[in-house]
Amino acid sequence: MSTENVLFDAPGPRARLRHNVLTGVGVLLLLGGLWLVYSKMSERNQLQGYQWSPFVTDSAVWSDYLLPGLWETIKAALISMVLAGAYGLVFGMGRLSHLTWVRWVSGVVVEFFRSVPVLLMMVFFFFGWFATATWLPNQYAPLAAVVLGLTLYNGSVIAELVRSGVHSLPAGQAEAGLSIGLSPGQTMRSIQLPQALRAMLPALIGQLVVILKDTALGTIVLYPELLTAAKTLGSGYANTVQAYLVVALVYILINYTLTKVAGFVDGRVKRRQRGGGGAAPLPVTAAAEG
Amino acid sequence: MGDILSNYDILGAFWVTIQLSVLSAVGALVLGTVLAVFRVSPVGVLRFLGSFYVNTVRNTPLTLLMLFSILGITYILQIPFSQEASRNAYWWAVVMLAVYHAAFVCEALRSGVNTIPAGQAEAARSIGLTFGQSLREVLLPQAFRGAVAPLGSTLIALIKNTTVAAVILGTAESAGLLAQITENEGASLPTFFIFALGFVILTLPLGVGITSVSRRLAVKR
Repeated sequence: MSTENVLFDAPGPRARLRHNVLTGVGVLLLLGGLWLVYSKMSERNQLQGYQWSPFVTDSAVWSDYLLPGLWETIKAALISMVLAGAYGLVFGMGRLSHLTWVRWVSGVVVEFFRSVPVLLMMVFFFFGWFATATWLPNQYAPLAAVVLGLTLYNGSVIAELVRSGVHSLPAGQAEAGLSIGLSPGQTMRSIQLPQALRAMLPALIGQLVVILKDTALGTIVLYPELLTAAKTLGSGYANTVQAYLVVALVYILINYTLTKVAGFVDGRVKRRQRGGGGAAPLPVTAAAEG
Repeated sequence: MGDILSNYDILGAFWVTIQLSVLSAVGALVLGTVLAVFRVSPVGVLRFLGSFYVNTVRNTPLTLLMLFSILGITYILQIPFSQEASRNAYWWAVVMLAVYHAAFVCEALRSGVNTIPAGQAEAARSIGLTFGQSLREVLLPQAFRGAVAPLGSTLIALIKNTTVAAVILGTAESAGLLAQITENEGASLPTFFIFALGFVILTLPLGVGITSVSRRLAVKR
């Protein structure tokens, strides 16, 4: 059901006229915005060929700057995602444990890391720990800080997803497991978790978008990711504005694709759910902030 | 520990956090509401504008927006808020936080509208309410109730994201100040916990409050 059907009647002649006027206003708004950007850019000589052409003609722009930066971004995001998944699973199950103290400790850990900004963690891990650590080769210090910060925050978000995924299952699932003689732990592992994980899948992909965006914070702890690459590229080729715009486009394309994939998986999970019961998918949008 | 508290203006940094949060939350709410109206309007161009904005901004890292506001917009396009560098960075930080979170506010409001079953609008029409009446008496009250929880989590995300302003505000902001203290005085877990505690105090009660309010307001279906 599309939203306009809920809010609006089918338009009559007067409403159609009003819509046409509003369409005109919208087009003016769009053109006005584009003109503003164009005039400001040309006023400051930002539309010169030499600032834009390197992205197409000079392969060094990609091979020496942007692609290595993109690789570092993706590397940090993937490592963090895997570690955050493991962490989230452990603490999510901890929050569901039948032992009070386990539940309590996991709850405190998860709530703490969820309410501390990722950047504070990265900054502290980097300047306070990894940058001066003797056991860690110096070039890995920024990566370690970025990954640890992202893991602790996103792992805690995933732990909450695990918990709400299990809670959203019909109570009969756990009762059936217990009544055929499985222990609470076995019921959790072989009945509840698999279903909860399937319901979580779209939200997990949404979380990957959050992680990917947050790797850009790495620029503050000197991690040579995509945003840092844009900065060096911009000062090397005297095209800062252009470099940032192109890199923004790269981020948008990747994240938009991931969001679409999440939506697709969401639809599949919903279809399967209609077919044979089980857990409803958790909402993606709630997790996609940060 | 006492030295750190007296030598560095930690409270001042958190005051900046609170200022940034309040100012940009107001900005994000206004802009996000306009965008949400665009996105649910029956006019195709406005819907396109709304969804283009949301898809662009939501998929761009906030850090990029912050850096671009200074390195790109202020230095090269020459659109400063103030000739004084720190004032300029402060206001650009507010603007970029508002611009970024407006996309999430828009989606929160839209998801509130989406919680309304079509039967509600149909029932309102069939008892003879006009368009304005059904919007005012039936649809919008339900939409706002449904939007409380997602709006609340956007606000909490915004408060935490003010730390990203450290890339342009430096030590005036809490994350920048923590970096400076840790670099100068060496790592100290208590210092980190003071900063972390500041954010726990700012966000945790808010989260608990919002959950209980949204439960109380939830429309039983």
